[in-house]
Amino acid sequence: MSGGGMTVRLKVWRQGRGESRGRLVEYGVEGVSPDMSFLEMLDLLNRSPTLEGKEPVAFDNDCREGICGTCCLVINGQAHGKEKGTTVCQLHMRHFRDGETIVIEPWRAKAFPVIKDLIVDRSAFDNIILSGGFISVSTGSAIDANALPIGKKEADLSFDAAACIGCGACVAACPNASAMLFVSAKISQFAHLPQGQPERNRRAARMVSAMDGAGFGSCTNIGECEAACPKEISVKNIALMNRDFLRASFCAEA
Amino acid sequence: MILDSKTPSGPIQDSWERHRFDLKLVNPSNKRKFSIIVVGTGLAGGSAAASLAELGYNVKSFCIQDSPRRAHSIAAQGGINAAKNYPNDGDSIWRLFYDTVKGGDFRAREANIYRLAQISNHIIDQCVAQGVPFARDYGGLLANRSFGGAQVSRTFYARGQTGQQLLLGCYGALMRQVAVGRVTVVPRTEMLDLIVIGGAARGIVTRNLVDGSMEVHLADAVVLGTGGYGRVFYLSTNGMSSNVTASWRAHKRGAFFANPCYTQIHPTCIPVHGTNQSKLTLMSESLRNDGRVWVPKKAGDKRSPGEIPEGERNYYLETRYPSFGNLVPRDVASRAAKKVCDEGYGVGATGLAVYLDFDDAIRRDGEDTIRDRYGNLFQMYEKITGENPYKAPMRIYPASHYTMGGLWVDYNLMSNLPGLFVIGEANFSDHGANRLGASALMQGLADGYFVLPYTIGGYLAGAKLPAVTADHDACAEALAAAREKIDKLLSVKGNRTIDGFHKKLGLLLWNKCGMARNAVLLKEALEEIPAIRSEFWENVNVLGSGDDLNQSLEMAGRVADFLEFAETLVEDALARDESCGGHFREEHQTADNEAQRDDENFSHVAAWEFNGVGKKPTEHREPLEFKYVKLTQRSYK
Repeated sequence: MSGGGMTVRLKVWRQGRGESRGRLVEYGVEGVSPDMSFLEMLDLLNRSPTLEGKEPVAFDNDCREGICGTCCLVINGQAHGKEKGTTVCQLHMRHFRDGETIVIEPWRAKAFPVIKDLIVDRSAFDNIILSGGFISVSTGSAIDANALPIGKKEADLSFDAAACIGCGACVAACPNASAMLFVSAKISQFAHLPQGQPERNRRAARMVSAMDGAGFGSCTNIGECEAACPKEISVKNIALMNRDFLRASFCAEA
Repeated sequence: MILDSKTPSGPIQDSWERHRFDLKLVNPSNKRKFSIIVVGTGLAGGSAAASLAELGYNVKSFCIQDSPRRAHSIAAQGGINAAKNYPNDGDSIWRLFYDTVKGGDFRAREANIYRLAQISNHIIDQCVAQGVPFARDYGGLLANRSFGGAQVSRTFYARGQTGQQLLLGCYGALMRQVAVGRVTVVPRTEMLDLIVIGGAARGIVTRNLVDGSMEVHLADAVVLGTGGYGRVFYLSTNGMSSNVTASWRAHKRGAFFANPCYTQIHPTCIPVHGTNQSKLTLMSESLRNDGRVWVPKKAGDKRSPGEIPEGERNYYLETRYPSFGNLVPRDVASRAAKKVCDEGYGVGATGLAVYLDFDDAIRRDGEDTIRDRYGNLFQMYEKITGENPYKAPMRIYPASHYTMGGLWVDYNLMSNLPGLFVIGEANFSDHGANRLGASALMQGLADGYFVLPYTIGGYLAGAKLPAVTADHDACAEALAAAREKIDKLLSVKGNRTIDGFHKKLGLLLWNKCGMARNAVLLKEALEEIPAIRSEFWENVNVLGSGDDLNQSLEMAGRVADFLEFAETLVEDALARDESCGGHFREEHQTADNEAQRDDENFSHVAAWEFNGVGKKPTEHREPLEFKYVKLTQRSYK
């Protein structure tokens, strides 16, 4: 691709496994086409002689369609980069200028320790879900799907919350590293559905407690989470969660 | 060897119920004495692990992703089929059964498909109960839409994110069992070998992808729900970590690989843009409900689509298949797109694309309605291409998407190796030579929620399984072999990238064993694959170390397996000297270029036995009988 495409300068966070500190390392990548995704540009870096036989940059990714929630990079200080409603894998190089310097860092939060380079450990999210982020229905015990009509409006609100991909951008974007948008999205999905009512209080109480226990910060209504969320989950869900949590705290069953 | 599918005899309507009655049971308090390994946490693996744990078994669930929620089932867009007949348009279990047998071009087991159609309705009930937010109408009832290969609307959907919502439902069920201690989830861990003791599958060898440590895990049964091998073509709609490794290594330990040549090339994907592209993105088949496929009538017409008047457009699917129109099955739509592009009518910079146009639908139903139906898909298209599909038609082209072939399993979903069960896309069972849209989610969840939990009990209740420990010779041997392979990959220290080999293999298969195949091309491929493989082992460059998080090493192992597997895929394609579904042999086509089956000689499943790398595998057959759906030339005209 000599002569063709853009050249970008990268400052990439490198941190070995087990190292408590990392550092930004500079690389140049040539032959970047505007149609490439950001991750394809990183593939190019990882295959290029620039690395001089050193280990490629480790970064998490999988579906590259913006749905699995695996990719997680802070680009020029913004979780998933500056495009609205976009994961890194769906961010394309046409949004960058030839010669631009791009800083790439991992999610930064106490509850998401860095494993290596740009990869972090997000198992805290799984632990929050297992504390109550489900409806307790064992296989085989369901009633007919149409036996329980759900108004379109409520169903849509539930869906809007359910669209969360669990990437953790909300945490990375929040100055307090709060996970409230993530937790509230799950609580809200079920709170809008009749199936979610029997465990509603218990769910809110347990998930909030698991969230606090995992070392996430508190919400101070800054709203960066919503701005960074690739699925544009609304902070209104946090208000719903707070109401449910408060109500649950008055109930003994929680 | 003639393979015994253990399909129950008697009327097909009752066969599953009778079979369940005939299966031995494990009493509730004994279930906790059994341990089961489930590899993969997609719709099949996740639902199986959760359901088995609910029954009381001890389950260990493995995934290569950082969380079970990220398995590639999550990317399924359009929907899931069920025979509910809520729209009152004439659907039934029989019709779903019939459509699936026909859609698969008569190359799957009737009894399996009938069972799948029966179970389909329970899946929808189960998912709704879990809180999956399916689309609903204003009366609060569930909405349906149409998919290819059917003339009824039986597809349930959650906007364009059905796979995500179903997977999150099953992930929730799984995490609920983790909370009560019946499931241990082992993430960021890859299965590298199957441990077979006394002829039965008893465990796996794994590599921890964070620190490189290798371990032996033992159990009473092993379940693989590790997905398909579509990434053998390099460019595909699969996730970057999707691979054939678990299946292939089980195959090398004796499990037969069935119908590997049945690969699905999906008609509506965003076309290739450049040589550094890593994957292709699907645009859901549901778009063909409202989108019209066309190319210019004049070859090489470079005008923008808006400048081409109606009379100069060829809506080739509508013309050629008036009764199914744009909703013909995937294999038919893909081949038709390839044909018009090969003839020079393709559009876009590469000429390898056709238009999918929503102009009529937007004028008829309004932009808001279309946005409501497909908003996120349109958005995704715009993000990737930088073009607005509300204003100009999408450009689409076929891409590798799904693989119908997989490890051979009987009616109980057990492979020929006792104790090794294979579910979801990883097995070969229900889709024949072509899968219909919205049937993958149905099959994955049917296997995991409603079939395996019964059949695995039948196996465990009757099996005599001696206690085994990790110091057994078979464990030590498997562990050593897996280590040796890792060391070998790291020791080559050549000067070519892993990706380069993968791309080379993928392009070769795409050109010689893709949408159209013939004996000459296939024989060429059989010559070329071993050469790429030996160059790989002489010249691949894998950086980093084995006892660290090393993504290059992970990928190298998977590419090495693709390089072995590809040969079996091509062998199968060559041996199947007929056309059927996604397997189109150019030598066998009807006068109007449709796939021409040879039922007399090929109405069977081909299951291949491993004989060593580079050695011709041995073919075993399972004859297929069609008692309920008459064998006919498939027609969608």
